[in-house]
Amino acid sequence: MSIPAELKYTKDHEWIKLEGGVATVGVTEFAQSELGEIVFADLPAIGKQVTAGSPFCVLESTKAASDVYAPIAGTVKAVNAALSDDPTKVNTSPYGDGWLAKLEGIDESELTALMTAEQYAKHIGQ
Amino acid sequence: MKVTPLYEKHKALGGKIVTFAGWELPVQYAGVIPEHTATRTAAGLFDVSHMGEIFVTGPEAEAAIMYLTSNNISTLTDGKAQYGAILNEKGGVVDDIIVYRYSKERYLICVNASNADNDFAWFTKHNKHNAKFENKSAEYGQIALQGPNAQKIIEQIPGLRDAAALTYFHFKEVSVAGVTVIAARTGYTGEDGFEFFIPASQTVDIWNLLLEAGASLGLQPCGLGARDSLRLEACYPLHGHELGEEISALESGLGWVIKFDKGDFIGKTALEAEKSAGVKRSLVGFFVTDPGIVRENEKVFSADGKEIGKTTSGTKTPTIGKSLGLAIIDKSHSAVGSKIFCEVRGKKLQCEVVQKPFYKR
Repeated sequence: MSIPAELKYTKDHEWIKLEGGVATVGVTEFAQSELGEIVFADLPAIGKQVTAGSPFCVLESTKAASDVYAPIAGTVKAVNAALSDDPTKVNTSPYGDGWLAKLEGIDESELTALMTAEQYAKHIGQ
Repeated sequence: MKVTPLYEKHKALGGKIVTFAGWELPVQYAGVIPEHTATRTAAGLFDVSHMGEIFVTGPEAEAAIMYLTSNNISTLTDGKAQYGAILNEKGGVVDDIIVYRYSKERYLICVNASNADNDFAWFTKHNKHNAKFENKSAEYGQIALQGPNAQKIIEQIPGLRDAAALTYFHFKEVSVAGVTVIAARTGYTGEDGFEFFIPASQTVDIWNLLLEAGASLGLQPCGLGARDSLRLEACYPLHGHELGEEISALESGLGWVIKFDKGDFIGKTALEAEKSAGVKRSLVGFFVTDPGIVRENEKVFSADGKEIGKTTSGTKTPTIGKSLGLAIIDKSHSAVGSKIFCEVRGKKLQCEVVQKPFYKR
């Protein structure tokens, strides 16, 4: 399972990347393989305020709907509109084209509490 | 937690094991979508050993089943099967079943996994005809082979190929490598296919024979996830969703297997009264026309905001390729073309009532 070294991770299999004060959030390769083929991504409204650990997206497979939790607090700046045409990008490119949302108005220090790639690898038993 | 005879086999095949109705079973192997698609285009193999088998025998067997179930089994001939329901006094559904007639004095009733013991207790409690009921669920494994290549696959297997001539809803016992297998041309997917009742200890052998024979014909092992998406496309009801003790069998859409012109049966009085008064709700199929997926137990509203019922099942299914579902709603909004709204996570998604079934082979 791919676990890019430059990202931070949560125990619920989200990843987060910080670039210029904006955090991009997605789910890990492990998560997408557990979820199965995504048939619908329910993404939040622009401007929605999220708290750390609260569910803010839903990824739907044929069998079930799964919550995605915000790794840190912030305001939704953008969502990945490409997923409405092709939600399987979450499966084929979970760290790239399959990103879910971008958060702004964040507190960068909240990222230090999250897992490193090495810690996440241990978490999923790799 | 119960396991079927095929448990180790599922793990060896990479099945993702979940708990369902008290049983450990695979929800998927390769994935719900490829398994569903394989069943529609080639063939799928399903472990349905969790289903229950109750035998009814004796001179009172027919009378007992006529009283305890909704359909008219006196029209059956030897080797024929019939779908029906066990109703309670209110006209709700204790379980949906298939009755297989061996002879006038011997029947097999296949019941749902979660209900096997419950159904047996129900039969025993209401057995005023004193027929002989035997719960043989533990003695049988069950495998379903479904898909356009199902017949071609069994034609490769000596003994099992004797079932190839069976017509829909007929069954016979065949001998496969010395093992007696009950083969029925029935299924829960909307495809052609067979369901095999096998002595529990021989289930793995028959599974292996089928998997091997089907390898060159596109056969894939399929889990509960695909089983559900397939039956939903065919609009087959599922107990606990479209059917339940608290839902009128008429509202569930089972009118076609309730025979009011036979003698007395449990539920008859309640349902006759309901028919006279006018059945208030009906089971509809719908497409979701706003972006989103609607699953079971969501509230349904009319365009003018009135709550009109609840969804019973739903997802985006692989063959139809649309977000769809089933719901039991007020009859006044059940005409094909009606716009209804299903609430998902606080948001109302527009849906449209469509003709059932979604899929026909």
